[in-house]
Amino acid sequence: MNMIIDMIKQGIAKVILDDFLWRSALAGIALALASGPLGCFVVWRRMAYFGDATAHAAILGVALSLAFSISVFIGVMVAALAMAFMILSLSGRMFAVDTLLGVAAHGALALGLVAITFIPGVRVDLSAYLFGDILAVGRIDLLVICMGSALVLLVLWLRWERLLLLTLNVDLAAARGVDTRRESMILVGILAVLVAVAIKIVGALLITAMLIIPAAAARPISRTPEWMAGVAVTAAVIAVVGGLSASFYWDTPTGPSIVVVASVLFAAATLLTIRRPKPKH
Amino acid sequence: MSLIQTQGVGVRVGSRRILDGVDLSIRRREIVTVVGPNGSGKTTLLKILIGAQAPSEGAVLRQAGLKIGYVPQRLAIDQAMPLTVSRWLSLSGSNGGEKHSKVADQVGITNLLGQQMTSLSGGEFQRALLAHALLVRPDLLVLDEPTQGLDQPAVASFYRLIEGVREDLDCAVLMVSHDLHVVMRSSDHVICLNGHVCCQGTPTRVSAAPEYQALFGQDTEGALALYRHEHDHRHDQAGNCESDTG
Repeated sequence: MNMIIDMIKQGIAKVILDDFLWRSALAGIALALASGPLGCFVVWRRMAYFGDATAHAAILGVALSLAFSISVFIGVMVAALAMAFMILSLSGRMFAVDTLLGVAAHGALALGLVAITFIPGVRVDLSAYLFGDILAVGRIDLLVICMGSALVLLVLWLRWERLLLLTLNVDLAAARGVDTRRESMILVGILAVLVAVAIKIVGALLITAMLIIPAAAARPISRTPEWMAGVAVTAAVIAVVGGLSASFYWDTPTGPSIVVVASVLFAAATLLTIRRPKPKH
Repeated sequence: MSLIQTQGVGVRVGSRRILDGVDLSIRRREIVTVVGPNGSGKTTLLKILIGAQAPSEGAVLRQAGLKIGYVPQRLAIDQAMPLTVSRWLSLSGSNGGEKHSKVADQVGITNLLGQQMTSLSGGEFQRALLAHALLVRPDLLVLDEPTQGLDQPAVASFYRLIEGVREDLDCAVLMVSHDLHVVMRSSDHVICLNGHVCCQGTPTRVSAAPEYQALFGQDTEGALALYRHEHDHRHDQAGNCESDTG
């Protein structure tokens, strides 16, 4: 009897892993689970531009991976990390942070696009890296995406209170014995991991959207940070499933479809909870 | 054994000296008030004591496992972060509902627990910050200009609250104040800071003379006291010392 159940289970697993649509959905949901809570920190700490810069560096990472024939995940993660730490060490000198980030984000994207054309003998489907190609997620890709997302979630879960204190007030966190520099580095580190995971799914140009839009959609209907993280995950999962379905039925590009659904959720949450300005006395 | 001690602590930013040769030590149950004009390095000293900033010279010695409850002067909570007062209190690491309601009652925010932090008034917000610091069960409670913007009766009642806190928690209190002359009556030690320690001592009990009565108004329970400065030097416009005797 048990044997039969096992066979059925294995059968189901095989069907799911062999079907590209199932693999895409699982990959997208894995990303949503991690991008929901991490996206909240990006919103709370006003790191949207920072996210853009690290995500755009991913294209440079793709060029590096192709040039040295290493895994795209590794190349993208290294480039994103390098970009993040460069910004962290340069910020606060001479230029305002948003100027610096603007230069870094667009410079890295342009450099990556130029670098890819120099790689001999490789015809690269650039749009797959810019806008994602979730339908092409293979079994190994799915495994790496799940592991990356699990790592991000685990780190967030273990350091949640510390990261919240750090986000509220650096001095307050320091007084409580939090190593503020180390925690900032860790947050940037998991952001790089997420970028590496997400490039296959939504692409370099739309990674920040997957971080910010679900979190922003969650804000108006949340009373605590944990609620906001939970609602953001829900919104991101709906966006992934909705975007995939739309893409399947109407043959629209998948990454942008996911972001469109997330944006609709954001607009709905904002419009439903908007308050009329109080009359002035 | 002091809870925390500084030895010749100095801070430079570029060629500017913010702090120079500060020695101080705080023992358990001691109340220390640091007074000084704006830009005298009070906040910098405080950041060094809580460990948010490293001094450029000198050393800070902390008792092992020292727990600090810190009440910042301001805390800008981004509108993007939803945070109820209740959740803010549990961020102190204490999750006992009973403890929360006791402390909330002590500082008078019981009816605000369900509200968003960003919706509180200035005074309510300050009390929520204090409640968080108390729930840490600190050995040392550090308050950065806690009485700023309060009128004198409110200052007096705040000081009585802090006295009660010291009795409850058996902790030391370090308070920074911009009021150079009127300090907390129970201060064991007052330090006047202006880049360096200008003078230090104990506050003077306010006498019953009518002039003082006029100055201190209705503070009949004596939470306030005067601090008499005994400076042997002046500071010129640039902040350099000039000896009075020389």
